[in-house]
Amino acid sequence: MKTIRASIIGFGAVGQGVAKVLLQKADYLKDIGIDLKVIAIVDSQGAEIDTEGVDLSAALSRKRTDGRVGLENITGLEVIRTIDHDVVIETTPTNIETGGVGLENMLAAFEHGRDVVTSNKGPLAMKYRDLAKAARSAGSTFRFEATVGGAMPIINLITDVLAGNKIISVEGILNGTCNYILTRMMEERASYEQMLAEAQELGFAETDPTYDVEGIDAACKLVILANAIFGMDATYKDVDVTGITKITPESLILAEDSGYVIKLIGEVKKDLIRVAPKLVPNGHPLAVGGTLNVASVQTDLAGTVTITGRGAGSIETASAILSDIISIYKK
Amino acid sequence: MRVSMDIELKDVPGQLLLALNPISELKGNLISVVHHHENHTPRGLIPVQVVFDIKQENLDAVISRLEESGVEVARVGEERFLEHIAVILIGHIVHTDIQDTIDRIDRTGYAEVVDLSLSMPRIENPSSAYLKIDAVGKKELKDAISLLKSVAAEKDLLIIEPIETELT
Repeated sequence: MKTIRASIIGFGAVGQGVAKVLLQKADYLKDIGIDLKVIAIVDSQGAEIDTEGVDLSAALSRKRTDGRVGLENITGLEVIRTIDHDVVIETTPTNIETGGVGLENMLAAFEHGRDVVTSNKGPLAMKYRDLAKAARSAGSTFRFEATVGGAMPIINLITDVLAGNKIISVEGILNGTCNYILTRMMEERASYEQMLAEAQELGFAETDPTYDVEGIDAACKLVILANAIFGMDATYKDVDVTGITKITPESLILAEDSGYVIKLIGEVKKDLIRVAPKLVPNGHPLAVGGTLNVASVQTDLAGTVTITGRGAGSIETASAILSDIISIYKK
Repeated sequence: MRVSMDIELKDVPGQLLLALNPISELKGNLISVVHHHENHTPRGLIPVQVVFDIKQENLDAVISRLEESGVEVARVGEERFLEHIAVILIGHIVHTDIQDTIDRIDRTGYAEVVDLSLSMPRIENPSSAYLKIDAVGKKELKDAISLLKSVAAEKDLLIIEPIETELT
């Protein structure tokens, strides 16, 4: 049995999802030889620290009732720097302008020789190369499956399962909010504004939906794929982005009459990173509805491989984080 | 250019080879051969439809060589438009002169707008259009789409193209 000491930095929906999943899978982890101890949980208001292992269910219920995880006045960065542990689970909110606190956290983790598993897109979309370099020179492992497509295992599929293949292109639907809105506009023959309001009511869209509906979120995910899989040195600014706000119900009907659906498609291949609404033939593997995500990977040996799955949700994203943790320590 | 040709062959061995030789000798690229063995013509010949790509200046030579070798050429037609694409436009399509948008594609000489469905909900709202464009070849189709994109950018129209896998 190997004891792995982890910190959870950021205790919003994803961080809490990770705590729930770790509780639920504690026995399973022990069965495969991993004794995972969370030694610190930090949110924006404070921290809970216990080098013997934080009581996760107590932390979750404290967060629910008090809105904060702990009373200790110490930041994530301080935890990463001062408390000895193996892996930083970085789930702070994303910032695509600067990479934000997430970027500092990750760099500090590598500086102290810790591994990083994250769901935080911003730092990777802005500074992938710096992060990868810092991880390499520290001998740390850097895993970020949860940043692209939530539970849909796209990065590990390409880097592990399809190893040896040359990747020609990846295209797909990488934002569940846009997919939901377009699917519902089609079903209800309703306007973008109406279906955005519905998505907000159901919690599929943020109060400020810009990040999703203007294609920014999908663009960040493409940048991560471009850097991690195609070895590019791209940032968000290199993406040609068109969102879904101008799509009319009439255009969806015209498309349907000719056997198409309209989807917000992200694509990355040599010299091209683009997010734009596209016509997808009905019945095509990329024509999935609702909040689903989907990605088609074009390879030289395996041909085209398409996967679909839930692109968001706290437990789904935590699933990707858990699988990254297991892949690092199950040896 | 791509040519579709109906020829008629005698029902004896070796005739098909006789018919295809002149095409390959004149550097034509055979696309398809459909042999209608079951339908004899009234004169007892077998109709065959051949499609091939060839340089325009060599076509007459193919026809005369075929006729010299006793192959009946019943019909020669040019297949002008080989590539098709459908796109959607959204915006003030009519008010930005829809005729001009179409003309600019048609004037290329290698591509044409062959179908258009327009949906105009209310006068101040953006309209939506479904456009089908035919072109003489893959490259020309790509050029026509880039042209349409620049027209769309100029007129502030959103253009929605099919996914790449659909194009190839």
